[in-house]
Amino acid sequence: MRHLLDIADLGRADLEGLLDDADGFVEVLARPIPKVPALRGKTVTTAFFEASTRTRLSFERAAKALSADTMTFAPGTSSLSKGESLKDTVLTLQAMGSDLLVMRHQAVGAARRAAEWLSIPVVNGGDGAHQHPTQALLDALTVRRRFGSLEGLEIAIVGDIRYSRVARSDLLAFSSLGAHVTLVAPRTLLPVTTEDWPVTVSPSLDEVLPTVDVVYLLRVQTERGGASVFPSLAEYTSRFGMTRERRARLKPGAVVMHPGPMNRGVEIADEVADDPDSLVLEQVSLGVAVRMAVLFRLLGGEADV
Amino acid sequence: MSDILLAAGIVMTSAGAMPADLRLGEGGIIAVGPDLDRVGAEVVDCSGCWVGPGLVDPHVHLREPGQEWKEDIESGSRAAAAGGFTAVVAMPNTDPPIDSGHLARFVADRGRLVGLVDVFPAGCVTAGRAGQRLAHLDELWAAGVRVFTDDGDSVADAGLLRRAMEYLVDLGGVVSQHAEDRGLAGAGQLHEGEVSARLGLAGIPGAAEEVVVARDLAVTRLTGGRYHVQHVSTAGTVALVGAAKEAGLAVTAEVAPHHLAFDHRAVLSTDPAFKMYPPLRRPEDVEALRQALADGTIDMVGTDHAPHAAHEKDVPFEDAPRGVIGLETAVGVVLETVGLGSVDLFTRMALAPARMAGLADRGRWLAVGEPATITVIDPAVSWVAERFHSRSANSPWRGRALRGRARHALLRGRFTLRDGEVQW
Repeated sequence: MRHLLDIADLGRADLEGLLDDADGFVEVLARPIPKVPALRGKTVTTAFFEASTRTRLSFERAAKALSADTMTFAPGTSSLSKGESLKDTVLTLQAMGSDLLVMRHQAVGAARRAAEWLSIPVVNGGDGAHQHPTQALLDALTVRRRFGSLEGLEIAIVGDIRYSRVARSDLLAFSSLGAHVTLVAPRTLLPVTTEDWPVTVSPSLDEVLPTVDVVYLLRVQTERGGASVFPSLAEYTSRFGMTRERRARLKPGAVVMHPGPMNRGVEIADEVADDPDSLVLEQVSLGVAVRMAVLFRLLGGEADV
Repeated sequence: MSDILLAAGIVMTSAGAMPADLRLGEGGIIAVGPDLDRVGAEVVDCSGCWVGPGLVDPHVHLREPGQEWKEDIESGSRAAAAGGFTAVVAMPNTDPPIDSGHLARFVADRGRLVGLVDVFPAGCVTAGRAGQRLAHLDELWAAGVRVFTDDGDSVADAGLLRRAMEYLVDLGGVVSQHAEDRGLAGAGQLHEGEVSARLGLAGIPGAAEEVVVARDLAVTRLTGGRYHVQHVSTAGTVALVGAAKEAGLAVTAEVAPHHLAFDHRAVLSTDPAFKMYPPLRRPEDVEALRQALADGTIDMVGTDHAPHAAHEKDVPFEDAPRGVIGLETAVGVVLETVGLGSVDLFTRMALAPARMAGLADRGRWLAVGEPATITVIDPAVSWVAERFHSRSANSPWRGRALRGRARHALLRGRFTLRDGEVQW
């Protein structure tokens, strides 16, 4: 593995290997001094051309827990505003001594382009509505730690599938690891076709609720102006929102997940978000361990952890 | 100047393809036949090659005036000559757009000055390509313009299209349409289908092209005008064009080499070399296009040669400008993908575009008395497209092996391409 760009590039064994490593880093992060010297002397650079807090901070936390140095590229205050090209920007970051670049960009395929331009490993921290592979890994890890395995699980991914890189990444990871995925959304929030996707599609959350082990809620991207793709937020909530009533109809042991940031009262009710069985914060915690596993793998860390 | 004898090729005549020599002298072709007298002639071996009327590309972007960092008439002429073309129709979406006589004359004059190929400027249908009111059609006509198009955009207003077609009926000009409905195309980046779904990019459905063509054909029927569909990309458009021809409308259509060669799965790489409008379509569309070029439903090949500088294309897919270059690879790509015989190849790449574009002294088979504007194609040679004469190199065939290429070309008796070298 030279880069991490797209879950589709990984086989089941690659996914399981990364999750196994991440399990080890979960243990590291639970130590009194949650830090190992595995990547001492390495520099991890984050370049987020699109707004992000949790993913960028999670990568930085992961790098520091591996004793790597970090550099943060902030597009708002950079030469980008002077018209510097993406290519020149990432070449500059490499020339400054970055050993690995974590990149988020609004353009699909941007991280893959960067990987072609650079000689250092590139981690895709999100490219348009295409891929967000570390999110898929942390979600798979969260499910695996709760259920022991994804084999045979029923997972519903609910909401804005069409514009979601999380959905595109997670469904590949979940199904590759043996789960069956159902996409639940109104027609206007589904991709133009899902014919060759390893999924079932349903327009009704209520229908799938009783049979699923995991309900994975996507954020309603209210900033994109929901009005054009569904009539109103209230109507979305009434059909696809995870309300307390719907929570009660899940089978015992079933869990609710959300990649954040949540729109409380839209796709997820307060009571569901704050329920002890909600895995939302667990996802965030495990994100650090997963990113440690990715950085460790790509930077070829040799030291014993 | 001594005569030239193109020896032992397969010569394209009105009686078909026949093994023959061709002797060129003052006033053009002076003899056609087997084992011609070689005395006083410079003999050029054409064995194994097809000798036909000079190729014409009905659809190129030479970028001059205004975007000379991508291409100019000199570099574009060199690229055309390298590809075996002897004439090109230059699209008017330059900066400024070619919407008046003096601008059209500038383009044609620059072409003449370079002298490698005849550069025929197409003119805008609407002033400034703005789609609001008609351009100076008479003035453009007087400057030699025969093809009218707002290429890059459709003439979106059907009423305006009607008026342009009615006006051109008297002159005999043709409206050449870039068929793309803006509402359906939206912010689309590639064909709308499983690849756009997988990538999470907005798609352009085939209907974006088909609704415009269907509407335009109705306007063609209404006006009795001449209509040309640029870069057909879908099986649906092929069916519309076929039906319109059966109904007797004066309709022609072109296909671009990239639409014959690739389908939308190539875009999974997110390589901007595969970004063009109309986008690469489904495999079944590619199959329909190949079939339609073979059977003549699609009359001709137009490369839609669209140069962009390296720095413009070396960006993420959705930030990249649309278009690929095609002049230098067209012959090989068409031969490989459609496997046309010699007569069909010259029909689709020389005669049909010359007739559509109303080019004087072209559009006829080789014969004594015709001008010595000739392309000699070696259909069997294997080669790799690596360096381009175009100022830009945004080619999806870069580094790929191709079979078939122009070996010589002459423009009115002068070599512009000889043994694969541009005579410059």
